[in-house]
Amino acid sequence: MAVDYTASDFRKGLRVEVDGVPYVITEFNFVKPGKGAAIYTCRLKSLIDGNTYVRNFRSNDTLKKPDLEERTMRYSHKEADHFIFMDENYEQFTLLDKVLGDNQYFLFEDCEVRVLYHNGQAVDITLPTFIEKVILETEPGARGNTATNTLKPAKINGDFEIMVPLFINQGDTIKIDTRTGEYADRVLKK
Amino acid sequence: MRSPHLERARLQGLQPVLQLRSRILTVIRTWFAQQGFIEVETPVRLPTPALELHIDAEPSGNAFLRTSPELHMKRLLAAGYDRIFQIGPCFRKGERGDRHNPEYTMLEWYRANADYQDIMNDTESLLRQFEIFNLKSNIPRLTVEELFLKHAGWNPVVAYDAERFEHDLVSKVEPALPRDKPVFVMDYPVSAAALSRRKPGRETVAERFELYINGVEIANAFSELTDPVEQRLRFETWARERKVLGAPVYPLDEDFLAALETGMPPSGGIALGIDRLVMVLADKTSLDNVMAFREH
Repeated sequence: MAVDYTASDFRKGLRVEVDGVPYVITEFNFVKPGKGAAIYTCRLKSLIDGNTYVRNFRSNDTLKKPDLEERTMRYSHKEADHFIFMDENYEQFTLLDKVLGDNQYFLFEDCEVRVLYHNGQAVDITLPTFIEKVILETEPGARGNTATNTLKPAKINGDFEIMVPLFINQGDTIKIDTRTGEYADRVLKK
Repeated sequence: MRSPHLERARLQGLQPVLQLRSRILTVIRTWFAQQGFIEVETPVRLPTPALELHIDAEPSGNAFLRTSPELHMKRLLAAGYDRIFQIGPCFRKGERGDRHNPEYTMLEWYRANADYQDIMNDTESLLRQFEIFNLKSNIPRLTVEELFLKHAGWNPVVAYDAERFEHDLVSKVEPALPRDKPVFVMDYPVSAAALSRRKPGRETVAERFELYINGVEIANAFSELTDPVEQRLRFETWARERKVLGAPVYPLDEDFLAALETGMPPSGGIALGIDRLVMVLADKTSLDNVMAFREH
């Protein structure tokens, strides 16, 4: 039986179902006019086609939890705007880049992911919590300038950048938290 | 756990705003001292939080954290204190967003033998202390009726509908307010009176106003309701309505009602969100940018 969420459960990253379509909440805000009742404003991204729309909810509104099945797979490769995953029987599943969002930049060959299915269709992935990436390009850390700007952009995948501490150099390997997309730690080479 | 390097960078980035925040608090305290107000402190943990239809209190053991210091400050008014203010933490359960945090800092001030017009004058005078507004002229005082007729096409004072009122306020009226200066929105339908008194001579209107700065709601003020009978009726109505909504119903604050019965002078009062004031003065769009630590 589908479990319902009430508006106070809504948060960024929550997967919900609206009119039979699975969505993920990508933006969430809480608005309360004066002494009035709360309004929950959500941007919902369809896990089928990646399109988004904004919808307001009141406190007593509910949404269904989508019926999702999870299977472990490995990332294979990219074809045009599709990402190809493979299960242990070499059966292929594809996901659109706009459904993956920033997760696409954290994938690497043979990366083990959990693929979520909705009515037999692959709709989203969950990456390992931490993945490692090599810094392709970043400005050398400015020495002595520790009072401000203690972070700088670094390219990890094509032109995709994340913010890293100043002591990180080109060629370093870093750990990234895929839940937030943030730098987590430096990986020291043996 | 988040990288300590990212956390350090975040806190360092907040430094200019936290300095501004500190200066704002100094300016506020100096202004109140000049006006002859005394700063008071009232309990944060209460057995009977203020009963309002859409405000939920955070439980704390067998009590609750205050959602506002209002009822205790009014007990001081009833005891003869005529100019009081307080700056301190308040808590509202489940309120979290760009402009809400479950724990925040509230400034409240009250004047005895005064009404909401006097509080508007106070607010104007206080905001003049912040040069950023360049307040040469007076802050526009716009009525709810004129704003709704102009931007939403109906008059909530004549025919009130709570859901429609709140929806149009958020989606039509607030977006039409000026983005570059403060305005007062005043004279609410009596159904949205909260703890304000009815306007003498016009019973369908409540003497309540809200301060908006750059389109952001910053403060809410009343000519305070001082009638113990009507106050009890409003509490009881909200208790019934909260029960229907499935919200917790708090016991009535009988000490406050008893204080009203001894006689509270006609008073004006206001609650102003310090975090939001800092947010608009620092030209930021989220409380993330003005509070050092937020729960996530």
